[in-house]
Amino acid sequence: MRFRWLFVVLLAAGCTPPPEIRIGSKQQPESEILGEMATLLADSTGARAEHRRSLGGTRVLWNALVKGDIDAYPEYTGTISAEILVGSGVRTVEAIRTALAERGMGMSLPLGFNDTYAIGMRKDLAARLGVTRISDLQAHPELKFGFSSEFMNRADGWPGLRQRYQLPQQDVRGLNHDLAYAGLISGTLDATDLYSTDPKICRYDLRVLADDRGYFPAYQAVFVYRADLRQRAPAVVAAILRLENCISEAAMIDMNARVEEDKQPESQVAADFLSRELNLSLQPRLESRLGELGRHTREHIYLVSVSLAAAIVLAVPFGILAARWPIAGQGMLAAAGIIQTIPSLALLVFMIPFLGIGTKPAIAALFLYSLLPIAQNTYTGLQGIPGQIRESAAALGLPVGARLRLVELPLAASTILAGIKTAAVINVGTATLGGFIGAGGYGQVIFDGIPRGDYVGLIVWGAFPAALLALMVLGLFEVAERLVVPKGLRLTME
Amino acid sequence: MIELTGVSKSYGRQQALHTTNLAIPPGQTTVLIGPSGCGKSTLLRLMIGLIRPDRGTVRFAGTEVTAANVQRLRWRMGYVVQDGGLFPHLTARDNILLMARFLGWSSERIETQLAELATLSQLPADGLLRFPTQLSGGQRQRVSLMRALMLDPDVLLLDEPLGALDPIIRSELQTDLKRIFQTLGKTVVLVTHDLSEAGFFGDLIVLLRAGKIVQQGTLADLLQAPADPFVTRFINAQRGPLVSLGDGRP
Repeated sequence: MRFRWLFVVLLAAGCTPPPEIRIGSKQQPESEILGEMATLLADSTGARAEHRRSLGGTRVLWNALVKGDIDAYPEYTGTISAEILVGSGVRTVEAIRTALAERGMGMSLPLGFNDTYAIGMRKDLAARLGVTRISDLQAHPELKFGFSSEFMNRADGWPGLRQRYQLPQQDVRGLNHDLAYAGLISGTLDATDLYSTDPKICRYDLRVLADDRGYFPAYQAVFVYRADLRQRAPAVVAAILRLENCISEAAMIDMNARVEEDKQPESQVAADFLSRELNLSLQPRLESRLGELGRHTREHIYLVSVSLAAAIVLAVPFGILAARWPIAGQGMLAAAGIIQTIPSLALLVFMIPFLGIGTKPAIAALFLYSLLPIAQNTYTGLQGIPGQIRESAAALGLPVGARLRLVELPLAASTILAGIKTAAVINVGTATLGGFIGAGGYGQVIFDGIPRGDYVGLIVWGAFPAALLALMVLGLFEVAERLVVPKGLRLTME
Repeated sequence: MIELTGVSKSYGRQQALHTTNLAIPPGQTTVLIGPSGCGKSTLLRLMIGLIRPDRGTVRFAGTEVTAANVQRLRWRMGYVVQDGGLFPHLTARDNILLMARFLGWSSERIETQLAELATLSQLPADGLLRFPTQLSGGQRQRVSLMRALMLDPDVLLLDEPLGALDPIIRSELQTDLKRIFQTLGKTVVLVTHDLSEAGFFGDLIVLLRAGKIVQQGTLADLLQAPADPFVTRFINAQRGPLVSLGDGRP
């Protein structure tokens, strides 16, 4: 009886499924807190909301939004005009809204705080050199700068800053933003880019240099969303827009500090804020560390096994063909070798326009990386069979296919398996980069941990399990070797 | 049984076999002999279609060997090479049965044939379950012979089957091979560079030099009516110290 009731409810729920909303956020605590707020607010309307956090940067998120992989994400007006509306010269909030509307996107009003770029130095160093403004840096060409990779490359970042202030410094490098702080403290760097809502300004006692030539544009935090969301889920849009003019700079710095310094979960911080400011009592979406570990393990194994299986299906025949027609084969192997030289992160980002974000591009990239070791070893294994054995099989009158199946592949099995093992172990390592594009896995923990300075956490819950998984994969292949490699060959090897 | 007409073969600029005609008589043992590089192995490999002639035709039991029919014709030829060419990942038994199983023989037929061959080749019973690396050189050759005979072929082709064996094993196996050839009465073509072996097996001996047939006939023909001074030189070179010693005594 009870079950029939449940069934009816499920059926009713199945008839009118609540809209599924996907909120994105960048790989920085502030963005994740805002994303979590939007997710909680969307949840509060009864929609099923999912938060795809820690995606790697503006391009990744914007492409995902355009493609429909996500419905909304927090962004900054300065970033929109410089990175998304490149070259249009659009700067004011109203003009940006209009320009985005033409691209089928909606934008909220500013949320209330300005998270602009700033340049910061250690206070003692700044005092010693008498530097208080960015233009003061002109007089100190020996200073070493380290900027976040994004700041280093974007049009409104270092290249423009150098020009506006005529800065002479030569020793300028791009690096992970969080490592830049460590560099400042240790003295290997003298200045870096900061966010004005960055709690580390206080923590590390940094001097924020005045932007005396007004170079940095305003970076008002806003939400960008697909215009069709207004029709699909008007309640969700209305709920997110409640954040307009609601978050002060002080409140944001405080929330950032709670996440970065006190290691509180974003969801808790976001829920506390919503309950205080909007009087909403929402259940933070918390997951136990073990539950999280289980999820990451499943995601990681999924990425590796799907990509590896696909690679085996393609690369083994590929290697067989290469062994049969060596000239064409060398060409094919060279092509696979070229793929191998593409940096993994570049390959992942390159996939996004075609496959969106999430597991698909990650699997595609891992698949491509697995091709070479498997195809190469299949080729080598088959080539290594003595001519006399090959000829004996032919002389028996076995057709080509049967020779391959009954004689050549079994003889090459251990070499082929070694190639698959190499690919699998490389895959377990490379799959951590999937965290960069929202594919989950252990990489998520690592990428979340770096901005928070939670190095112990990222090692214990991310890097260590990944290494353990790699070892388990190795063990698994030891067992597989016993099963796949014919006994007669193992005798020869012993 | 096998007929080569106007056959020649070269590898790059190296002429392995000049235009050659040769008929292998049925039911007899023909031995191809000559110094290394004389083209005797090339001739054998042309017969089983492992290589294709540049010119000329190879006929097997009246049928011209072509790329299209060579695979089926091989089922009627057994082939044994110097160190057996056994598949290292299969036991002796699986090596022998590979082809019969592939052709879908019934297990009854397979077992009958295997038992017959085991008796014939005198392989120890436990040898069948061993892998090639666990067998001695002589045992490997017996297994290889059984594999070649499994489909009961019309012709048996052997490329220096005793070449890699030490002298005692070699002489044992030589005796056994001759007995097997006589029992089966098959057409046999055997390649060797050893004259005494050729004399021991050969009903017909074909002597080659530098890709050409110098003389064919019985051992007696070669001894008594050499077609060329090379024939005598080849024979004398192989008489060996013991034979010369014996000849020297009154």
